[in-house]
Amino acid sequence: MSDLAPELDNFQQKIDDEQRIEPKDWMPEKYRLNLIRQMSQHAHSEVIGMQPEGNWISSAPSLYRKIVLLSKVQDEAGHGLYLYSATETLGISRAEMNSRLQSGESKYASIFNYPSLTWADVGAIGWLVDGAAIVNQVSLQRTSYGPYARAMIRICKEESFHQRQGYDIMVKLAEGSKEQREMAQDAINRWWWPSLMMFGPHDSDSVNSQQSMKWKIKRQSNDDLRQKFVDQTVQQTEILKLELPDPDLKWNEERQHYDFGEIDWDEFYQVIKGNGHCNRDRIKHHVSAHEEGAWVRDAMTAYAEKKAQRKEVA
Amino acid sequence: MTEPSNLSTYVLRLADDAMVLGQRISEWTSNSPNLEEDIANSNVALDYLGRARMLYAYAATMLNTTEDELAFMRDARQYTNLLMHELPKGDYAFSTVRQFFIDSFDVLYFEQLVNSSDAQLAAIAAKTLKECRYHVRRSRDLMVRLGDGTEESHTRMQTALNELWGYRHELFMDDELETELQQQGIAITRTDLQQAWDAAINDCLAEATLSIPETDWTVTGGRAGVHSEHLGHMLDDMQCLHRSYPGVTW
Repeated sequence: MSDLAPELDNFQQKIDDEQRIEPKDWMPEKYRLNLIRQMSQHAHSEVIGMQPEGNWISSAPSLYRKIVLLSKVQDEAGHGLYLYSATETLGISRAEMNSRLQSGESKYASIFNYPSLTWADVGAIGWLVDGAAIVNQVSLQRTSYGPYARAMIRICKEESFHQRQGYDIMVKLAEGSKEQREMAQDAINRWWWPSLMMFGPHDSDSVNSQQSMKWKIKRQSNDDLRQKFVDQTVQQTEILKLELPDPDLKWNEERQHYDFGEIDWDEFYQVIKGNGHCNRDRIKHHVSAHEEGAWVRDAMTAYAEKKAQRKEVA
Repeated sequence: MTEPSNLSTYVLRLADDAMVLGQRISEWTSNSPNLEEDIANSNVALDYLGRARMLYAYAATMLNTTEDELAFMRDARQYTNLLMHELPKGDYAFSTVRQFFIDSFDVLYFEQLVNSSDAQLAAIAAKTLKECRYHVRRSRDLMVRLGDGTEESHTRMQTALNELWGYRHELFMDDELETELQQQGIAITRTDLQQAWDAAINDCLAEATLSIPETDWTVTGGRAGVHSEHLGHMLDDMQCLHRSYPGVTW
């Protein structure tokens, strides 16, 4: 232990000085494992998150909406790929991350265990779920691990487009017919609380938070980020002339923030534990695509090997 | 809607081809063998859907309607795409062989259509041609890698080839309407493209260690709206939401 002390001090000093840790730098094993957990979970969330919205590509209500949605889901695949690659710099393979996702050892954002039931859900997911994700990701642009921070800068640019497309869908629905307004309100009612849960447990109950803050893997606390999201979203909802499903939501002049009601943490843990509508479907979908594609990946590898051999012979 | 002209009908045919195949390719999104292929498939689907929009929008100006009305409010019997485009995506081999057949055809077709005397079609063709050239590079490459990959991939590719073989004839058939438009310098003579297409396919199959199917057969009917049973189901899914809320905007 004492042998590592100077390295550990040096490492912490770098972090305190706002320098980035790069893949070849010395890092504590716990830092590495913590990052693998967080980054792979982030990558998995991008990939599993393709499913609830992907559910509406085939039946999007106009050609324009179809194209925009397909581009968005394609971006999520890109983010997943980018984040898996960034995580690989920590010495874990994509195959290993994949198998941990499929075995349940590794998590993804629990919000994707909720079903997307109507077209308005596509709007609500873009606006609220991506909106919540961005608040978190903007803060991660300053995370201490270089590849992760750089990935976040790039991903945030696209995510802000995603949020705008989600909000744009909501605006159109809110300006539309009675049925469209009802559809929009229903989606908000279902997605609002799960979006607040995305920031994770209260700071006092968050297992991984303190160490992560010290290492600057996390830059702002769960509760601070959640408050930021609530503050920005209330005004956006007012413009839509729709309502957030929280009777306790009101401006607090003293705090200069909105107060909001208590989250149903029992629901949060229930869904994580497997009691959401889609926990099984999401993994089944992922496994089935992966298994059906096995022969394609095998063939590509076999062809590459043959080609390399032929080159050697020649 | 205004009465259709030869030109609007022709544009609609090309639009339906792009629409139906774009819809099929998009079914691979979140279902592809890996993320790289997933991203590529979404990209190709987006190109097709973008092409469909340009063509529907052009047809819509002639027919005094909208692109969405044309895509979402016509039934399977009114769709005039060539059959190969509408077939279910099948396994990756099936989608790959279909894509390569159509990409190879499209490059030849749009290389000619850029010279159409109809300026709008020529402009759409110019944009489309650039995309097709990328698409065929990818699908040809996949043909070779999967054809000459493993025993299983080889078998699957050969099976797909056999299952698609008889649909190729329709690509090269000119009917009266298109012949008339050819005489005006607007449309392309499809039969003229067959030889170059055959050569491109043969060349690829040899490299991919695949064989030309021993038995040939011919199924046609797309341009007349006589489709496979699959198209109706695809359109049910695609059009349901749009049709459930008439007259609204999204």
